[in-house]
Amino acid sequence: MPEENGNGKNGNGTRVGLLERVKAGVKEDVQSLKTDMPAKAKDQIEGLKDPTKTQLYTSIFRHKHDDTPRNRALGVLSNVFLHLHPAKINRDAVRYSFTWGMGGITFYLFIVLTFTGVLLMFYYHPTKVQAFRDVLYLEHDVPFGKLLRNMHRWAAHLMVIGVWLHMFRVFLTGSYKKPREFNWNIGVLLLVFTLLLSFTGYLLPDDQLGFWAVTVGTNMARATPGLGHEGPFGAQLGMTPYNDVRFGLLGGSIVDANALLRSYIWHCIGIPIVAAILMIVHFWRVRKDGGISGPAPVMLASEVKEKK
Amino acid sequence: MDWRQLWEICSAPDNVPIVGLIPMIVTIILMVWSITLSAPLEEPANPNLTMNPAKAPWYFLGLQEMLVYFDPWIAGVVMPTLIIVGLMAIPYIDTNPLGSGYYTWKQRKFSIGSFLFGFIVLWVAMIIIGTFIRGPGWQWFWPGQTWDHNRLIYEVNRDLPDLFGIGSNLGKAILGGIVVVGYYVLGGFIVHALFRRYNPKDYKRMSLLQYSIMQFFLLTMVALPLKMMLRLAWHIKYVWITPWFNV
Repeated sequence: MPEENGNGKNGNGTRVGLLERVKAGVKEDVQSLKTDMPAKAKDQIEGLKDPTKTQLYTSIFRHKHDDTPRNRALGVLSNVFLHLHPAKINRDAVRYSFTWGMGGITFYLFIVLTFTGVLLMFYYHPTKVQAFRDVLYLEHDVPFGKLLRNMHRWAAHLMVIGVWLHMFRVFLTGSYKKPREFNWNIGVLLLVFTLLLSFTGYLLPDDQLGFWAVTVGTNMARATPGLGHEGPFGAQLGMTPYNDVRFGLLGGSIVDANALLRSYIWHCIGIPIVAAILMIVHFWRVRKDGGISGPAPVMLASEVKEKK
Repeated sequence: MDWRQLWEICSAPDNVPIVGLIPMIVTIILMVWSITLSAPLEEPANPNLTMNPAKAPWYFLGLQEMLVYFDPWIAGVVMPTLIIVGLMAIPYIDTNPLGSGYYTWKQRKFSIGSFLFGFIVLWVAMIIIGTFIRGPGWQWFWPGQTWDHNRLIYEVNRDLPDLFGIGSNLGKAILGGIVVVGYYVLGGFIVHALFRRYNPKDYKRMSLLQYSIMQFFLLTMVALPLKMMLRLAWHIKYVWITPWFNV
């Protein structure tokens, strides 16, 4: 510092001194680029060999990935999606021969249906003028539109079968017994809503198949005792084609524009919300009622030796 | 190592095959299926052109098949309601503590037998009939047989009171009522006689309410094939005729 001050007194020297200083500074910077940067880069590349230690990684994953029971449990518990699944699970529950995997497959199909369904909604208008044309447009012009519609249709059929097989399995294993009675009831409701979801979707292409299926289906509502105009005691209670339960379902006395709109809203909004809420309760109760059912744990002496 | 550690396995990564692999397999199957087979699409909806046969979605064809034998208010409203309520009642009327969490036939013959009868014999079989066998006019066509839209079958159906030559409405209503109530009383007695002999433990455990609910659902379920038999064997349409409803 004193040297710089000394140089600074000379008018000419000031310029030279400044130039020197800048030169020296630049030299230093260049030197640092040459030495520091490669060293840092080396360090950091070295660090990347263990990405779990990076700040980016630790900010996303809140714990180490060591293969210890504690960390394996934490991996499930601290993840919003995985935590719905138990961290520890009855080993009989993961046998396909016991569960057939049907509950999980049904839920997965629901996710597939939501995904394909949302995509289909982009191309579909629930009006008498547009609906059928939109389906033709999907089939012939939208990229992968046909695949999308097919997947939605077949996944819906599979889901109905999946729910039935799940119920069948749960019955055969007596899994509705204490303490799971209530969850069986939620399951029965989910079965009903699955059928209603599929049924409300049936009308949406607005073709002959859907139209007559829904006509046949809702004609049954005419015969509701007390609430349908053709049902027992319906006429006596003042039911006509214009005020009975069928009229309420269709939004009219025939399957027409209102029925299409109602069916669309029930299919895409109403029933999925109710079904999703029931699913939350269903999965919650599976865990609260003690997980997937199984016999009282029995351990063979041979297993103790093997499992060391 | 204590038993609990053996009994329970960590869900990650031990359970990853089931929660990861199965959806992938399902996706692949679904993709292949959707690429090879197209979803049905008929002509645009036309209220003036009735489809024949007009079929409900396949999973409701069991109910539609019942329309052959019952009026819509039974087949379309009462039966579905009873199926749902009956399913929901199962955990509360099955008092057998055995057979929870494993497959067994020996320990639960009655409950599994009834369920298989209701689910496989009635529900699934009727869906198969409705899907593959019913043709135009809801008539019976074997698979492969050509659908003849003009085929007519002359069936003269009678009502049960006709067999006894009862003509008056009051007489029909009373006779039908007696037959239906009689079915439940007599049938209930037969079930009672069998149930307390072959399921003495369940019989002892069940409360009166549980027992009567079980009886009601069982008899109603059995009434379905019985009514079908009455129709197929003796061409009986209605058993009970009243001014307001027919059974």
